[in-house]
Amino acid sequence: MESLAMGGYGAYVWSSFGLMFIVVIISAVQARNRHHRALLDVTRRIKAMEAKK
Amino acid sequence: MWKFFHKLASPPHFYRMAPGFILGFGIVGCALILWGTYAGLFLAPTDYQQKDAFRIIYVHVPAAYLSMMAYSIMAISAGIGLIWRMKLAHSVAAAAAPLGAWFTFVALATGSIWGRPMWGTWWEWGDPRLTSELLMLFIYFGYIALRSAIDDVSKADKSSAVLALVGAVNIPIIHYSVTWWTSLHQGQTVAAGKMAPDMLTPLLINILGFTFLFGALLLYRVRTEVLLRESRARWVKSMLLPEAGGA
Repeated sequence: MESLAMGGYGAYVWSSFGLMFIVVIISAVQARNRHHRALLDVTRRIKAMEAKK
Repeated sequence: MWKFFHKLASPPHFYRMAPGFILGFGIVGCALILWGTYAGLFLAPTDYQQKDAFRIIYVHVPAAYLSMMAYSIMAISAGIGLIWRMKLAHSVAAAAAPLGAWFTFVALATGSIWGRPMWGTWWEWGDPRLTSELLMLFIYFGYIALRSAIDDVSKADKSSAVLALVGAVNIPIIHYSVTWWTSLHQGQTVAAGKMAPDMLTPLLINILGFTFLFGALLLYRVRTEVLLRESRARWVKSMLLPEAGGA
């Protein structure tokens, strides 16, 4: 427990590490969502073009 | 070797090759970060001046380093795209911007959290290191806003590339700000060899780990850019709708 308290600086240390990891996770999720949306969009566009032919 | 790069720059080849690299970089990055973070939090000795608050360095420095590395990648790719009209280069520049903005935000926020107990303030207006890093965040925002404001992709590429190149002036300013002016921010620590090895090693491991993870995220985003830009290409059609006879 003592090592988790970081000599009284626990709030500063843990919030910094927490923030970094949250941002990494958010950017990974964003990248994944963006790709999925792009796949759907492009598929829809190609299907619409096919239908026109 | 050159053949390999040339092939990699072809969009369908890049699209097929990228997932392997993304997975590999992601796994290596996460493993290094787990190791570096554990060592930084629990194995590295307590700093005699800053006590345990110094451990913020293990996320603050990687974030700050990546914020500038992302900008350099963005500006250099934008330049390559402008000069040699290479489409993949513009994709890389566009993909680097949001990641760079995120890491700039983390560098500023963790720096602020670190500043509170050490300097007695969250923020100091007019401090050269803090202000130039904040300026970079705004340049990232400007770049992203400019891209999304222009519908024509090749026009967006060109205008945003000019912005990225002009904003690159800020990079050496950020880097040397603590040397050129008096700043609250501590001077160069890592490059100047001022850290004890048992404190430095976890930091280097984390820098390397976050760099690998950044590489994975960047490739992921570039892959999406490539897909969107190539949406009319035959390889995309035959990949997404093989039954439509695109091939």
